[in-house]
Amino acid sequence: MSTQLAAQINSLLAAFILLTAFAMLAQRKKLAILHLFAWQGLFLSVSTAIVGFVAKSHHLYISSLLTLTLKVVVLPYILHVLIRKLKIRKEIEAVVNVPTTMLIGIALVIFSYHLTAPIRELSTLVTRSTLAVALATVMLGLLMMITRRHAVTQIIGFLAMENGLFFAATSATYGMPLVVELGVALDILIAAFIFGIFFFHINTTFDSLDVDQMARLKEED
Amino acid sequence: MSLLVLLIVPLVASLALAFIGDRKLAPEVNILGSAATLAAGVVLALGVYRNGPMLAGGNFFFVDAFNVYLAVLTSFVSVTTAVFSRRYMRREREHGTLGHRRIRFYHAMFQLFIFAMLLCLLTNNVGVLWIAMELATLSTVLLVSLYRTPSAIEAAWKYFILCGVGIALALFGTVLLYFAAEKVLGAGGEALLWTNLSTVSGQLEPTILSLAFVFLMVGYGTKVGLVPMHNWLPDAHSEGPTPISAVLSGLLLNIALYALVRCKVLVDGSTGTHHSGNIMMGFGIVSILVASFSLLRQKDIKRMFAYSSIEHMGIATFAFGLGGPVATFGALLHMLVHSLTKSAIFFTVGHASQMHRSQDMDRIKGLIRGNPLVGWGMTLGVMAIVGMPPFGVFTSEFLILTATIKDAPLMAPFLLLGLGVTFAALFRKVQPMVFGEAPEYQKRLKAAHIPVLLHMVLVLVLGLYMPRFLSDWFQTAVGILK
Amino acid sequence: MKIHPFLIEMVQIAVLLFAAPLFAGWVKMVKCWSQGRTAPSLFQPVRDIRKLLSKDVVLAENASWIFRFTPYLVFGVTVLAGGIIPIISTDLPLAATADVIALVALFAIARFFTALAGMDIGTAFGGMGSSREMTIASLAEPAMLMAIFAVSLASKSTSLSQMVLVVSQGYSILQPSLAFALLAFILIALAETGRVPVDNPATHLELTMIHEAMVLEYSGRHLALIEWAKMMKLFLFVVLGISAFFPWGIAVNDDLAGILAAPAYLVMKLGLAAVGLVLIETGLAKMRIFRVTEFLGSAFLFATLGMLSFFILE
Repeated sequence: MSTQLAAQINSLLAAFILLTAFAMLAQRKKLAILHLFAWQGLFLSVSTAIVGFVAKSHHLYISSLLTLTLKVVVLPYILHVLIRKLKIRKEIEAVVNVPTTMLIGIALVIFSYHLTAPIRELSTLVTRSTLAVALATVMLGLLMMITRRHAVTQIIGFLAMENGLFFAATSATYGMPLVVELGVALDILIAAFIFGIFFFHINTTFDSLDVDQMARLKEED
Repeated sequence: MSLLVLLIVPLVASLALAFIGDRKLAPEVNILGSAATLAAGVVLALGVYRNGPMLAGGNFFFVDAFNVYLAVLTSFVSVTTAVFSRRYMRREREHGTLGHRRIRFYHAMFQLFIFAMLLCLLTNNVGVLWIAMELATLSTVLLVSLYRTPSAIEAAWKYFILCGVGIALALFGTVLLYFAAEKVLGAGGEALLWTNLSTVSGQLEPTILSLAFVFLMVGYGTKVGLVPMHNWLPDAHSEGPTPISAVLSGLLLNIALYALVRCKVLVDGSTGTHHSGNIMMGFGIVSILVASFSLLRQKDIKRMFAYSSIEHMGIATFAFGLGGPVATFGALLHMLVHSLTKSAIFFTVGHASQMHRSQDMDRIKGLIRGNPLVGWGMTLGVMAIVGMPPFGVFTSEFLILTATIKDAPLMAPFLLLGLGVTFAALFRKVQPMVFGEAPEYQKRLKAAHIPVLLHMVLVLVLGLYMPRFLSDWFQTAVGILK
Repeated sequence: MKIHPFLIEMVQIAVLLFAAPLFAGWVKMVKCWSQGRTAPSLFQPVRDIRKLLSKDVVLAENASWIFRFTPYLVFGVTVLAGGIIPIISTDLPLAATADVIALVALFAIARFFTALAGMDIGTAFGGMGSSREMTIASLAEPAMLMAIFAVSLASKSTSLSQMVLVVSQGYSILQPSLAFALLAFILIALAETGRVPVDNPATHLELTMIHEAMVLEYSGRHLALIEWAKMMKLFLFVVLGISAFFPWGIAVNDDLAGILAAPAYLVMKLGLAAVGLVLIETGLAKMRIFRVTEFLGSAFLFATLGMLSFFILE
């Protein structure tokens, strides 16, 4: 596999990561969002492995494996179990105005591109152009957290943001030092346990995972 | 050596406390663990004071005047908070608000939190700094929701989500930092070491670093509680157990500010301009103003002091942004005195709300009659926090204000306005609580005297007399941050 | 041996006219097989057209010239469109006269007149069908243009022949912008040709039909022309997709061998495309008409992303 071809495949994977980010934004069904998230993790993992091949840095293979286990297997599994246990599969989620959200999403992509354009000029890596996609994925995850009113989808948005960060770390810079990547993965794992506990707490306290019910704390006049 | 002890002790204490559970000794073990941490911190500080900055653990740890003073402060406040929480938690258990399992969890997580903060301070790796910061958030999230009331869960969820998002942006900033550093220092772990970065900061690409700073500012700024990313802070402070409010306010905000300032030094070194400072000044002044006006509207006592924390963090951020020896000196001193004063206030607030079984300021009355220590402690604490002489906060705010008038005269009126409004608001709210007759529903309780007294005496001393070693220390730190 | 491009053009139009009903028959056959039914003959659409052509036309009393004129116009425009899309060769004399934007406009003319004709008689169904058709069109056309622009960015031309030529020479489908554009194109093609998730070609259920409602009043040779044009439109969209995204095997110069090999490749690719179409049609249920906006909105999104990723990633 030549470097050029690898870079091409990596661009394609970047496009898929962006696509899944958009699809999650539009999807109503929780399980479908979860599957999309798993797909995104898979693309990320493959992309990391390819970058590892191009850069000939072996620690990226570890990082790729880490992504594969954590983002494709463990986290979706945990969420799946939670969704089943809490019986929220059928909970309908009002998604406000998908087309508007999409347009905002497109605007965010353009914004990310604009923001990272000067950096792109400075880099010599073959995968440098993916930085804009990484930033866009982060932004789209953020947008998902803002537009969704359900705890589970908010968390998936959060994790999708993390995917974007990982993608930035691997593709744009050929990987952060291994210590850092392991630490970040550990943090995400802990976070996963915490939100798992949270889901139970919220569900028992509010009888639903709809975040809109949590509106007690605001400034009173 | 002492550095290793400093980090291992809280970790071991955390595991031990998880193992011990809610036995009779648990609070004592907690205090002991914190005290040992403090001892290690003091030894380390003496070492740094004598021999200057040092690297340890294969360049993994780095200690200089800036972080060692915060490490000592962190371990000191952790000791006093542990002492305070012994009484506080015992009372909560008697009331039946907390069961055995939650108290075990509280103790273990408290020490883990201290560990995360110390790791944050002492690590030399900017990536590990981020990881430790996230760990500090995660270890406190479930402590905020310890009471499991709907509002506590809501507060913790908000804290989790907002800080999670914020810190994710900070990670993006860190990635960009690495992106720039990699070209100068080569790939691998060396490129994220702060000591390496600061030596080559002049060669780092300014475009990348200014972009990175925006992300770091928003990210770590969320944890500092700067407006407009401050929404989580009043909720998390008001709904969690009071010892946690004390350490969140007194320590965690400082640590986040520390991370921000470390990054700012790199960015300034690279760009050679004052842009990052201006951004920080902007966030700082907005935080001061918004927080001071929000203070007027508060009904919940812990929320009110949470806003006061936002205001003071705004002042420190503003001062760091202003730069220059006087303002930086003032900011360092301000971090120290604010954290001492604010945790003392939270200790008294904890007792006051336990006495009245409420955090509503309309219900809290006649504190001095009911319990002189709590009443006077709160009065003096508030006097100190609004910046009345002779307390230490006055000194630091005075320094910052003089520097502002000299370097950024246009900002001075806003700063003064913020300070003035805070002054009025806090006094208006606190006066009815401390003076007057004690209501019937007020309960008597034995308060933890030592922590409050210790903190207030220190703040008073710092206002009247600055020990030689401390001013030397700050001078060195100012030199680092130039 | 070189063949005159004009001759190729003639061959291509002949292919279009006769392959389109066969393709429609083939899609129907595959669909029947996939559902375990006995399939009608491959030539059934041809027989239908022949039968309709021989029948008398029944016209409503208040039908105007628009109603009578529309079938011929639709048929003619579709054949013209077939003249500019490279089906077996990229070297077409007509292709130089019209680019891809003109192609979209040609389809728009056909649609415009069909909608007018639907309203012309004044029955409720015709008007309803026209209004639905125009709703869909107003969303599908911009998306279609965006998708095509994404491809033309990569090939730096809006001429269809040029686009196909560039894509067939080295530019691979691995390019993110092309992948996105393909995705968008599939969605748009389903909507434009009235296939399942948007419209059901096999139903006359009044609540759901769109295209059928407009042409409900036609009979005899008028209906034959309209049906034939519809089959050609489906054929053209499939061929357009094949040529723009998988052009391998198409004749790029006037070589006799190339011209002879191209139809073989085309038949193979059409066979596969029909299977893909059937998979989509049996796998999905027809969506409510109000969801079509979202469906086409996502097509627009994909097309835009395709254009963006050209700038970002390539």
